[in-house]
Amino acid sequence: MLCDDCGRNKAVVHIVQAGAGGRVEKNLCEECAAKYGDLLMPFGGRDVSVNDFLKGVFGAREEREDRGSRAEQTELVCPNCGMSYADFLQTGKIGCSVCYETFRHQLDPLLRRIHGSSAHSGKIPHRTGGALELKQRAARLREQLRESVMREEYEKAAEYRDAIRRIEKELAAKEGGAAHGDA
Amino acid sequence: MEMHDLLKSGRLAWQSGKGKDNDVVLVSCVRLARNFRAIPFPNRANNRQLAASRHAFEAILPVLSEGIGQAFTAADMEQMTPVQRGVLLEKQFISRNFIRSPQHRVVFLSENLGTSILVNEEDHLRIQCMAAGFDLRTPNQTASRLDDLIESKLDIAFDERMGYLTSCPTNLGTGLRASVLLHLPGLVFTKNIQNIANVSPQLGLAIRSVYGDEKESVGNLFLISNQLTLGFSEEELLANVESAVQEIVSHERQARKALALYLKEQLDDEVWRAYGLLRYARLLPKKETLELLSKVRLGIDLKLIHEVDASCFSEILVRSGVSYLQNLAENENLSKNEIDRLRAEQARSILLSCSRPQENLT
Repeated sequence: MLCDDCGRNKAVVHIVQAGAGGRVEKNLCEECAAKYGDLLMPFGGRDVSVNDFLKGVFGAREEREDRGSRAEQTELVCPNCGMSYADFLQTGKIGCSVCYETFRHQLDPLLRRIHGSSAHSGKIPHRTGGALELKQRAARLREQLRESVMREEYEKAAEYRDAIRRIEKELAAKEGGAAHGDA
Repeated sequence: MEMHDLLKSGRLAWQSGKGKDNDVVLVSCVRLARNFRAIPFPNRANNRQLAASRHAFEAILPVLSEGIGQAFTAADMEQMTPVQRGVLLEKQFISRNFIRSPQHRVVFLSENLGTSILVNEEDHLRIQCMAAGFDLRTPNQTASRLDDLIESKLDIAFDERMGYLTSCPTNLGTGLRASVLLHLPGLVFTKNIQNIANVSPQLGLAIRSVYGDEKESVGNLFLISNQLTLGFSEEELLANVESAVQEIVSHERQARKALALYLKEQLDDEVWRAYGLLRYARLLPKKETLELLSKVRLGIDLKLIHEVDASCFSEILVRSGVSYLQNLAENENLSKNEIDRLRAEQARSILLSCSRPQENLT
């Protein structure tokens, strides 16, 4: 689709103007869209949305890759919401919570670029947080255990040790023994 | 409160102009992004799924209402006119994205207007809480409390490594955005604002002008918020924004002090001229209003103007919005001239009603 105003470039922005003459809808290219920027424009520089940025990041990466792997990637479709990887490249938005699992492999480099190699360390929901809450609690207790041993407070240390064992048991029950490895 | 009254009222949660550091920080806001586990995110969901997420939320609304001791008023985007939606947008209760496709988009506003919960925006739930002045803790507590209550009833999308799962990958982790609205006339006038804008990304913060275009900001209002959401706890994210804001507040005060010292007469003249124009002008364009308003607020905060109190600021800000005026006049086809005239009428009547009896015009 070409820009409604200049008719030369590809339209990337859809605007709806509500003015004295009623509603006017237009599809514009980036250059012409910039002319419509009135109030509420971001501070300094041109408005580059996160989505544009993500699309850019991925677009560049995509071009570097050979055709074979690209075809493979675009064929993958999320079983829950039906989003394909190509849809994500188009919108920059994830489709559902399952997509993160479906496209984990492709999303990983992007997530590393946005967030570094960080893991979540904030609040955890009790119901859907799984074993993470227990794991974090165990980690805190282990730290306290280490400190109390250093201070030679062995009675306290024994309490912490028992608490950790209880949590490990709970974890083992939850994850079928798999948690023992990193617990 | 009736939606009809809400749209015509100029009231905002931070209107009082009170709170810590209120000479620079107007309002503090905390937003949490949450999604239901089984339902596709709003941008991907069909009408039935959007309705499902809306109904799931509506079913637990009484629990939330009781939990924070506030009744909620629902505003269904589909049932509102474009002008009415525009009013909510101007008051910053909702986002542009929210009205793009209004189906099953509903915002729930608390009685005190301090909490708004957007259902089916970019994420299924956006919990937004705010407090007047520099206070991120109170809104964070309220938001977290609401989140706890929601999570105790409904399954929230969460991953051990990525935290709360969100539609946009940039919100992963805590899904928390802490933002603070700052009035920075001193830093803008002394041309220091660009330095702050340059340093902010290095501190993991984003700063943007609320009004204006790419060339210049209008009204000296800036919004600063955290950019990162993953890898830090809520507490760390808040503390990071707080320390930066504290720093900016002290720089702004220094700048104002310098202005009051070296340009005393000019400053006095400027703020009084601005007051005079707002108080008596018959036609006020939006841009000019924002500029005048900033000067008047500076005058009030520097105790040069005693005639009115700070609460007139947010009131004029809201009541000078185009959608607000169209809604008030019940006419969406007003000419620019008519809008400017109505705006000037609003400004005059607000300044008159906010004015204190004493006359100190020497």
